Formats: sequence, structure tokens, C-alpha cells
Amino acid sequence: MATLEIHDLHVSVEGESGPREILRGVDLTVKQGETHAIMGPNGSGKSTLAYSLAGHPKYTVTGGSVTLDGEDVLAMSVDERARAGLFLAMQYPVEVPGVSVSNFLRTSATAVRGEAPRLRTWVKEVKEAMERLEMDPAFAERNVNEGFSGGEKKRHEILQLELLKPKVAILDETDSGLDIDALRIVSEGVNRVRETGEVGTLLITHYTRILRYITPDHVHVFAAGRVVESGGPELADKLESEGYEQYTKGGAS
Amino acid sequence: MPAGAGPGGAVAVAGESGVATRMSAPPSYDVADFPVPHGREEEWRFTPLERLRGLHDGTAAAAGSIKVDVTAPEGVTVTTVGREDPRVGKAGVPVDRLAAQAYSSFEKATVVSVPAEAVLTEPVRLALHGEGGATFGHTVFEVGAFAEVVLVVDHTGEGLRAANVEFLVGEGAKVTFVSVQDWADTAVHCSQHSVLIGRNASFKSVVVTFGGDLVRLHPRVSFAGPGGEAEMYGLYFTADGQHHEHRLVIDHTAPNCRSNVAYKGALQGERAHAVWVGDVVIRTQATGTDTYELNRNLVLTDGARVDSVPNLEIETGEIVGAGHASATGRFEDEQLFYLMARGIPAAEARRLVVRGFFAELVQQIGVSDVEERLIAKVEAELEASIA
Repeated sequence: MATLEIHDLHVSVEGESGPREILRGVDLTVKQGETHAIMGPNGSGKSTLAYSLAGHPKYTVTGGSVTLDGEDVLAMSVDERARAGLFLAMQYPVEVPGVSVSNFLRTSATAVRGEAPRLRTWVKEVKEAMERLEMDPAFAERNVNEGFSGGEKKRHEILQLELLKPKVAILDETDSGLDIDALRIVSEGVNRVRETGEVGTLLITHYTRILRYITPDHVHVFAAGRVVESGGPELADKLESEGYEQYTKGGAS
Repeated sequence: MPAGAGPGGAVAVAGESGVATRMSAPPSYDVADFPVPHGREEEWRFTPLERLRGLHDGTAAAAGSIKVDVTAPEGVTVTTVGREDPRVGKAGVPVDRLAAQAYSSFEKATVVSVPAEAVLTEPVRLALHGEGGATFGHTVFEVGAFAEVVLVVDHTGEGLRAANVEFLVGEGAKVTFVSVQDWADTAVHCSQHSVLIGRNASFKSVVVTFGGDLVRLHPRVSFAGPGGEAEMYGLYFTADGQHHEHRLVIDHTAPNCRSNVAYKGALQGERAHAVWVGDVVIRTQATGTDTYELNRNLVLTDGARVDSVPNLEIETGEIVGAGHASATGRFEDEQLFYLMARGIPAAEARRLVVRGFFAELVQQIGVSDVEERLIAKVEAELEASIA
């Protein structure tokens, strides 16, 4: 069973006045089939955790370890991490001019699966996945994220999640900028992937509303660069009524 | 007439307008009419003169050799003529010292004639393979009225090459010209393409520049009668240390003509330098003109440089449309990260982006076997240069 283990992770970014530490000792274990929600106020370092796990060059790991099934994730390049089974659904997916969605999906599926998917089954696979996410087939011929609405971008991220079938999926504020219908469609997509029991999910969010659609097994409160409290789904209800104030006042740092 | 002069006077080329006067000397068949460039002239300011290795100052002797293979379908005649032949120098006069040097130095011109009303299903191919040293060439493509033809010129090998290529496009003819610069990394190639488009004729040019140390092409179009159409496409991939320069002039000399220019280039590596200059002139008499020119560049790595200069001069307001666009974008780290985060290795990610960038242009060409060949060429180039 695939397991992502984050141990005492410290991460800095280069600021105007030298490096600034954002993650200050994150401990977290995500097993295949589990869903963990990471909730926290703005600026607590949630997105930094997501991008650091994916290997974004802006972030420098200064301490700790991340392993996927015992393999050192931090030693891997960005593409190696993805091929090892990590997936990051981004909060702000990037436009890639000149590259069509269909070409992009096929290239990434080929890279992640280690061989080109057979054309006939692939076309069907993409078509069905797009239908489930209520995406127009014409979407496949558009350039990646170019001119996409917020909702289209997030559906496109979840489409990739469904097609790439990672071991661990990190969803970074996938709910932000979605109207209620898009939130439902996207959540259903995530749930389909979860129901396979094949993926461990790290759901990063500021708000509890996505948790009405996706029920987590574990909820972690993130503040000042680390996990400050962990519990079951009931912790989300508590956050809903009480907010993050108790974790931020007095300066958890 | 000076040595190397053509018939002259028969054809109006860009004369006294602003675009023409930006050249440091008026057009001439005679190299002696052009001072040796020093590099600060408008038409030379982007070009590293020392890398022309004497083509520009008369020191490159015509002692090299180039192998020429011509494949022409039945009905097409290929002849070798002297400079006194009336077809030589008719489509345009050399506009800079290099073209004049080529005109003054070539021994025999090749004239490829496509008879009127011939509709050719197979292309005419010229394969030029440089075998080292300097050579000077002159080629005339004479396409008769209402003929349809695809002309393909491939350049490979090494050496210094300066040439003029002329196109006399007869009334109602349809010509597609593909020029591929796939030289070895040491080659230097400078060429003026002079195109004279007849009434209601259409000329499509596809220039593909990958190779060479320095390639400097100068496609120039003018219209002999109304209703003509010019589509000028270009694609270049400029890597480490290469200099690729494309200077276009579309001279709208007749009414109701249309022109469309679209050049796209990708650059990578230290000191890769691409220059694109697009001049469009709409003469007083060229009412009803519709023109657009576009240049897009994609810079893949640090250290590469692009100069992109569109110019539009309009001498009449009675036109359908005139516009231009020029943009240079970087392949951003964020784009690279996004693609790599989907398992795609960095080199493959770059290839994917460049392929997509060029595909948009290739799809516009509208000649399927040319498109296929270009895509294959782009693929091969990408495999070789982005590893």
C-alpha cells in the first residue's frame, strides 16, 4: 500500500531580505485510500506544502524528509515525482500556448504510464472522463489552460487526476473560484478517484464547503507552517463554527 | 552598363519611398554601387559582419563548390543562361551589397520555366549541397499564366553562399515556394528572393531556417498587376550562437492586392540571435490593399536575443486593411513546472511547446505534403537540438 510520509519538513523561500522559512517542521502520513484535509488560514503555508511536495523550484527544502513508499521524494526531479505517483492539482494552473489539451494529456499519460496508451482505448478513456466532468468535447482541441474560466481550469485538473491515476493526489484549493455547480462536478470527480481506493488524497482548503462533498478521514489544522491539530471530520465542523482564530492569535510561531 | 548589370529599368522596384531610402544605397545590379558596409547602416545593424567571412567586402573569392540536383516534372524546362538573358534580373534589382555581389559574381543563371496553364502535381525540386568555399548563385523561376506549381529548394552542406532567386509569376498563376535552410553549423547563406506577382496570381512562400552559422534572407515581393496575392510564411529555430535574419519587403505597387506575412521562431542557447524585419509599403496607386504581418518568437532559454521590427508605410487611405503584430514570449519556468508536474521530462516539455508553437503556423500553409514534410523536419530538428 502506497504511503506518503512527511517528516519534520522545513521549507524556505527566497525573500527580499534573505530566505524566509515557511514550513517549520511538518509531520504527516497519507496512506493509499485515505483522505486528509489540510485546513488553515491564509498564509499558513498550505500551498507551500503542496508545491514543495511537487518540487517547485521556488521552494528550498532546508530540513526533514518526504518519502513515497520509502523512496526519497526530495531527491527526485519534478517529473520523476509525478512518474513516481505524486499528483498536484494546482490552484492556479498554467497556460501553455500552442499545446492542445489532447496532446498534453496523451504526452503526460505516456510519461506517467511508461508507454503510450493505445490510441483507440485512449480516445474512449478521455472522452468518457470528459463526459463525467461535463466538459465539452471541443475542449480537447483548445490550448492548455489558455482562456479557460476558473471552473474549466479546475475540471481540467481533475480530468488529469482521473487519467493519470496517481498514488497520492494533492489538491491545492481546488474549491477556490468555483460556483456551486462546478464545485459539485469537481467533487464528484475527486470522489470517483477516491472510491477506487487506489489513491491517497491530500485536500488543501481554506473553507469547509468542499468537505460537504468530499468527506475526509482526517482533518489537520495548519498554522504558521506546521500541523497544529489533527482529528476526524468533526474537527472541520469545529473550524466552521469557531474559525481559525484560536490557532493564529498569540502567534503560533 | 556596368559589369553584372541586368536589363534594368523595366521593372519598378522600391524607389524613393521611406522604406527604400532606409537602405544606405539605391538598388543596383553592380556591387561597385554599394559601399562596403560598416555595420551601423539600418540594413546591417543586426548582422555580425565578420561572420559573413568576406561575402560583404569582396574578399570571398568564388572558389567554392556547390552541388545542385534538379528534379523537374515533365513540361518544366531547366536551362542555364548568361546574365544577358532577358529573364535574368527582371523580378527585382539587388538591394544590398550582398545581393549585388552575388549578381556581379555568378557565372551562369539557372532558369526554371513552367509553361502557361501547366498544372503540376509533382513539385520542382532543387537540392543545393554546399561542398565548402564561397559560391554565388542566380536562379529564375518563370511560371507562365495560370500555371500551378510547387517549388522546393533545399540547402544543405557547408560553405558560403550568396544568391538571388527570382520569381516571375504570370497572370493567374499559383506558386508555392518552399525554401529550407538546413545547412551545417558553419555555413553562411545570404539570399535575396525577388518576387514579381502578375495580375490575379498568387504566390506562397514557406521559408524554413534551422541550420547555418549565419543565414540572412531577404524576400521581396512586388505586384505587376491588380488582384495579386502574397502569403509569406516563415519558421526558424535558432540555437546556440546561430544568427538567423529574415528581412521581408512587401511592396504593394498595384491595386486590390492582398498580402499576409507570418513568421515564427523559437530560440534557445547562448548567443542565439534571430532578426525579423517586415516592411510593408502601400503605394498611392495600391488602393484596395489588404495586408497583415505577424512575427512571433518563443525564447526557450536565457542568453538568446530577438530583434523584431515591423514597419508599415501607407501612402493611400483607400485600403481594405493593414496591420501588424510582433511579440516575443519566454517559455516560462511556470510552464515548464506545470508540464513536468505531469510527468513530462524537461526536454520533452520544451519540444511539446515548440512543436505546438510551430504547428499553428504549419497548419496555415494549406499544402498537405509541404505541411507533413515540415512537421517531420521540425520533429527531427527538435529531437536533435533539445535533448
